[in-house]
Amino acid sequence: MATITSTDTENAGRVRRQGFRLSLAVVSYLQAIPLTLILGFFLLLPILMIAVVSFWDYDFAQMYPDFLTMNYAETLGSWVTWKTYLNTLKYAVLVWAITLFIGFWVAYFLAFHIRTTSMQMVLFLICTVPFLTSNIIRMISWIPVLGRNGLINSALVGSGVISEPVEWLLYSDFAVVLAMVHLYTLFMVTPIFNTLMRIDKSLVEAARDAGASSWQILSNVIIPLAKPGMAIGTIFVVTLVMADFSTVQVMSGGQSASVALMMKNQMSLLQYPAAAANAVVLLVLVLMMVAGILRIVDIRKEL
Amino acid sequence: MYREKRSREFYLLAIFFSVFVLFLYGPLSAILILSFQGPNGGLTFPLNGVSLRWFVNLFETQAVGDFGGSFRRSAMLGIMVMLVTVVVSLLAGLAFRRKFIGATALFYLAVASLVVPSIIVSLGIGVLFSQLGLQPAWYSSAFGAHLTWTLPFGVLIMFAVFNRFSPAYEEAARDLGASSWQTFSNVVLPMIAPSLIGVGLFGFTLSYDEFARTLMTAGSFNTLPLEIYGMTTNVTTPVLYALGTVTTVFSFLVIAGTLGLIVHLNRRRQRS
Repeated sequence: MATITSTDTENAGRVRRQGFRLSLAVVSYLQAIPLTLILGFFLLLPILMIAVVSFWDYDFAQMYPDFLTMNYAETLGSWVTWKTYLNTLKYAVLVWAITLFIGFWVAYFLAFHIRTTSMQMVLFLICTVPFLTSNIIRMISWIPVLGRNGLINSALVGSGVISEPVEWLLYSDFAVVLAMVHLYTLFMVTPIFNTLMRIDKSLVEAARDAGASSWQILSNVIIPLAKPGMAIGTIFVVTLVMADFSTVQVMSGGQSASVALMMKNQMSLLQYPAAAANAVVLLVLVLMMVAGILRIVDIRKEL
Repeated sequence: MYREKRSREFYLLAIFFSVFVLFLYGPLSAILILSFQGPNGGLTFPLNGVSLRWFVNLFETQAVGDFGGSFRRSAMLGIMVMLVTVVVSLLAGLAFRRKFIGATALFYLAVASLVVPSIIVSLGIGVLFSQLGLQPAWYSSAFGAHLTWTLPFGVLIMFAVFNRFSPAYEEAARDLGASSWQTFSNVVLPMIAPSLIGVGLFGFTLSYDEFARTLMTAGSFNTLPLEIYGMTTNVTTPVLYALGTVTTVFSFLVIAGTLGLIVHLNRRRQRS
């Protein structure tokens, strides 16, 4: 920004070029300020606020500044909390494994079996477009498919495979995992596709010339090189599932719980300090998982 | 030899890919079809006649809370978020091209913004505003909450773009006597314009569809996703699908328009 104002004339340009080193550093800071301010006020400050409030007292209507560990004791001391965390982790593991499988093969197909770049881009966009539409709409779009009188059940009953409609298709863990896979797979496809596209094709040729079978090429060359992409996709999918409450609520029909859903219920009962204590525990867990994954991969190198 | 013939692996994966695409679009098309359900039809197949009943229903205020108002708010908010995301991400991307103290910390703050559960951001901003005595509203607290979701995407995209950006063009422009501003506006900006439009598309669509972060921050007026989320629990007619169809078609139009613009820009650049 500073350079913009100081380069109106040739003369000013020459002056600026003399003080080049100094002004560049200042320019960097000026350019970084808006991002720092926005994230500082809308991310760091709110998280600090949550940490503070998690020690406060509350009743049915209000919060009272205090320093109590009661909220944590209640959260961590309850069997329901532990069960909810385990349930959320179960969703995370299942969705992670399925999206990794689908994501890798879709990305592999696009990167190694489609020959022209334009076709690759067209097919990639076909995968991307649904992810830019509303999550809730994509969630409820499963209802006419999975429901008791839905497409799958009527097809199965109609063809005589089963006599009674299957009940567990909708409003079950199955539905929750299916909808999450539907919502989040692209977050796995994109980073893996990105790393696969950067693999030098001559590596594959060299392996083949040296007598490697397709399977050996895949397991010894391609998969090891795709690991950073898988790690980034894992970060996305795991954090999204750990934070999810709407999919769990809508697709389980209120029969299952997740940590975020538990928080949301506490918030609707105005138990903000309790929700805040939960938030701190969840945040620590998620950040530890991400830190663990970041030990494997340097994001800055992969972009 | 290998290049000539498609292997069996290709056909297997092609089938896998087709099933995946069907999986992505199948349920969505079920909703599109069912939104034309006849006046007496229910939430599932079969179609009980064909009508526009539910689209008409959408604009009667009793059926859905406030469709027009929430749509306007969401669209406005999307545009605000888009503009700020593009400008701030571009500036941050430029800043990251050089080393400066705190660059790594800022980068990881952006990554943290991506991984912190959205409901925590929502709760935090809600509590912060109430403690500061500020009234939460879609144009202030929800606006900030959306930025914590769109900015990291924008920053990471700009980071990737500038990683691949050769400084040779700028050096050439400078050698020819261009000022910094001229170099930026005549050389750098046209080259990264398609990526900036992509960042804008992300900013708009992510904000337009966002609702976990809006939950505690929207104040007294709902955005469209909040309205739809409320409907999933208490609306039992296909008007829900009609609403889904309308917002999905709107999203598709936005995406198609943006992609068209990007293709157009690329063509024009290639010609010149």
